[in-house]
Amino acid sequence: MAKYLLLKHYRGAPAAVNDVPMDQWTPQEVQDHIQFMTDFATKLEGTGEFVDGQALAPEGTFVRYDGEGRPPVTDGPFAETKDLIAGWMIIDVDSYERAVELAGELSAAPGAGGKPIHEWLELRPFLGHAPTVTE
Amino acid sequence: MTGPDRALDEPLLKELTPAITAVLVRRGVDFATAEDAVQEALLQAALSWPDQRPADPKGWLVTVAWRKFLDAHRSEASRRDREERVEAEPPPGPAEVVDDTLRLFFLCAHPSLTPASAVALTLRAVGGLTTRQIARAYLVPETTMAQRISRAKRTVAGVRFDEPGDPATVRRVLYLVFNEGYTGDVDLAAEAIRLTRQLASMTDDEETAGLLALMLLHHARRPARTRPDGSLVPLVEQDRSRWDTALIAEGVVILQAALARDRLGEFQAQAAIAALHADAPRAEETDWPQIVEWYDELLRLTGSPVVALNRAVAVGEADGAAAGLAALAGVDPDLPRRTAASAYLHEKAGDLPTAARLYADAARSATNLAERLHLTRQAARIGQALRG
Repeated sequence: MAKYLLLKHYRGAPAAVNDVPMDQWTPQEVQDHIQFMTDFATKLEGTGEFVDGQALAPEGTFVRYDGEGRPPVTDGPFAETKDLIAGWMIIDVDSYERAVELAGELSAAPGAGGKPIHEWLELRPFLGHAPTVTE
Repeated sequence: MTGPDRALDEPLLKELTPAITAVLVRRGVDFATAEDAVQEALLQAALSWPDQRPADPKGWLVTVAWRKFLDAHRSEASRRDREERVEAEPPPGPAEVVDDTLRLFFLCAHPSLTPASAVALTLRAVGGLTTRQIARAYLVPETTMAQRISRAKRTVAGVRFDEPGDPATVRRVLYLVFNEGYTGDVDLAAEAIRLTRQLASMTDDEETAGLLALMLLHHARRPARTRPDGSLVPLVEQDRSRWDTALIAEGVVILQAALARDRLGEFQAQAAIAALHADAPRAEETDWPQIVEWYDELLRLTGSPVVALNRAVAVGEADGAAAGLAALAGVDPDLPRRTAASAYLHEKAGDLPTAARLYADAARSATNLAERLHLTRQAARIGQALRG
């Protein structure tokens, strides 16, 4: 089994095919989208492949150490041009192919006009533990 | 003797846990050790009660917990001191049991604890929940919650058990627990109500009664507050036939008795507002002018900007959208939910393009997913009407 992080972007990913912001959908389209996402997570729990998932607020801040006795420096909220993560899901699957298949399914979540969003999701493998058997 | 009536009574055990812990602590056992001893006694109860339940479950648990404590400390050098102290102690009477449990409430909500630690310790030591249940309810790993609880115990280790406590600190902790709602297998709102009932029964205090009334009145709406898919149903759209009338009636009786004592506090005022909502058979029949009066009281008592925000919405209902927007003008613009309130009042005033834009803005700054989806839907609904 291998763990993968699926990242959904507010900004920074290539534009989706059906790229209409959610607040311009009809209420029913919003409802159908939410139902799709819930069903997707439920299905993965059922197959034993779901680990965790969370949505993130759009506002974030960069923070760094600024030396002894000084408060940390902050930079943000992010400028419009920066990459911005909207949420993440961790899956635990048998193969890279399966991870790609699931990401593809998730990207087909319905949007405006009830049509798939074709949203670009970022798929990142976890760096796993060193194996016990090495030769 | 076996059978369902002889089975282990888990609610009873949970009810008795804080009292037993408190008895040991008053006898001079430190808090963490007392808890360990009580847990061992509960384990023994789980093993032996299904076969033979004692006539006096509480006395049985005190005796067994005490014996577990003595067993654990028999080899220690301090044994003689402890035993001498014990022998000098009179057996606990009913009044002392109440005092002991109350002191445990105060200890777990001690001002030296952070709110998160006080919440965790209260649920563990007074509520009798397992560390695992508390961890699941707050979506953190069990080891993290175990650390939080043991740090909290160390923090209050030096506090004298008979130090006078302030019920206001306990109320704040219970209010936090109630607001967390329910996640996983523990219903934190129900747990908060149970503990607040216990606190109210031990203290003669109108604000604790006010808090209990507030919780009951909000809990009564829970069946109507979410759709099966988990999305939020705003108050005006709720199916009021699904409100729990028994809880409402109980909350109102408790609130009236508290208000009659003429010592108003913020929880009583909040409960009064909840009671006025509960009193309206349909949303259109809500007594908004009276709700505005209660918000005025609440603002006077707390000076809270959140109250000022809610008051502006109530003014919008009582005196029209323009009055509501005027009241909103004085509210801190950075306040969460201010944009959502402004969107609502603009829609009410007939300015749909502004309302749609504000709802979309509010959705982006929402602090939880259910609220974000609700606000997105509102923007979508108005957008659809505008496209017509």
